[in-house]
Amino acid sequence: MREVRAQPARLLVADDNRVNRLLLSRSLELQGHTVAMAENGRVALEMLQKGGFDLVLLDMEMPEMTGFEVLEQLAADPKLRDLPVIVTSSLEGIDHIVRCIELGAEDYLPKPVNPVLLKARLNASLEKKRLRDQQKEMVRRFATTAVAADLDASGFALGGKRVHATVMFSDIRGFTSLAESQPPEETIELLNTYYTLMFDAISGQGGVVNQMVGDGLMAIFGAPLPLADSATAAVNAAREMIEMVQLLGVERLAEGKKEIRIGIGIATGDMIAGYTGTQDRATYTCVGDTVNLAARLESHTKVAGETILIDAATRAALGEKVPLTSLGPVEIRGKAEPMPIFAVGAG
Amino acid sequence: MAELIDAATFKALQETAGADFVGELVGAFLEEAPGMLKDLSAAYAAGEADKFKRAAHSLKSNGLTFGAMSLAAMAKDLELTGLEGVKARGGDPVAAIETEVAQASDALKGLVRA
Repeated sequence: MREVRAQPARLLVADDNRVNRLLLSRSLELQGHTVAMAENGRVALEMLQKGGFDLVLLDMEMPEMTGFEVLEQLAADPKLRDLPVIVTSSLEGIDHIVRCIELGAEDYLPKPVNPVLLKARLNASLEKKRLRDQQKEMVRRFATTAVAADLDASGFALGGKRVHATVMFSDIRGFTSLAESQPPEETIELLNTYYTLMFDAISGQGGVVNQMVGDGLMAIFGAPLPLADSATAAVNAAREMIEMVQLLGVERLAEGKKEIRIGIGIATGDMIAGYTGTQDRATYTCVGDTVNLAARLESHTKVAGETILIDAATRAALGEKVPLTSLGPVEIRGKAEPMPIFAVGAG
Repeated sequence: MAELIDAATFKALQETAGADFVGELVGAFLEEAPGMLKDLSAAYAAGEADKFKRAAHSLKSNGLTFGAMSLAAMAKDLELTGLEGVKARGGDPVAAIETEVAQASDALKGLVRA
């Protein structure tokens, strides 16, 4: 079996007792790590706030600021919340250990610290941190800034909360036949251009693209970050998207390719928003009637021959800001009663 | 009489941290121990339970590191009993642990020189 050896890390040893501090630092340096030392909790916290540490080994019984207080401060600081802490203490009683773990400590090593145990726990903690950092990087790359910021602020938890927001669905008309008529490389390139344009239009209005499936996308306005007027933001984004797609169409025609068309459905109301999936793979999404309605409106654009369709709640929030055509109460698939719907002019 | 410093603990410490380094570490303890005793004695006199407990805790911790088992046991007893309990028992616990620290220090000096 390959020996698991962590990359050299930058560590902080916080202990008010000089003998303990020196001995622990020595053990860590012998394992190839770089070690800095703090003689009490306050100094430790100040050093950590300056940044650059991969992990801290924290004593509990310290003057000026105890290890418990340091743990509390770290947990309250979004930048330091994920910094792994291994508590090293000879405090008597299991309730101390429980309290440390509850305050977010990664692990607990009784003093005097056994060097073999120290190495194993340290490497495990550093490896976990490496994976967490990697995961954070993935979130940054694939999630929007808003979702990444929400994850950073609230931490990751599956499950939702009720929000008032606006949902948008959009897809490319006749995408399947388009994809069949051109080489796959061209389709991928088209999708990349298309998504770049749509993301810009949506995030420019404060929306969040939370799903991309083939040529379709789902966007949320007003969650995770609240928007003063999510309905108007969504409709503005939709009109920009139409404009972008028209420009893209002009370019494509000039290249001798077929132009593309999109349909957009928008609905506003209460929904449940949150992270869904598993602990390993999850996505930020919304569920509820409003979401279903937006999806139905998007598919109804084909029937109605319109590009943007909105529901009554979106229309009410919108006022007279954009030209609208009432399509009257319309039978929508999946809805028992005909619903008043409105077509938005491209402006 | 039991040995003042547990030979196996001290040897293991030398093996993992290096004999030279343990020499420095003992030096650090010899420098720090009077301060810890002073803290303990001052807290005892002033009736400061938290400081008393912390000083006892430090002595215990260092005692365990070097294998000074009876020192560690005595310090642990003070930590767990607490200032009030220790005072209620009477006697001179500070003088007793001072003697214990002095004996352990001498033994450590001998081991480092050896």
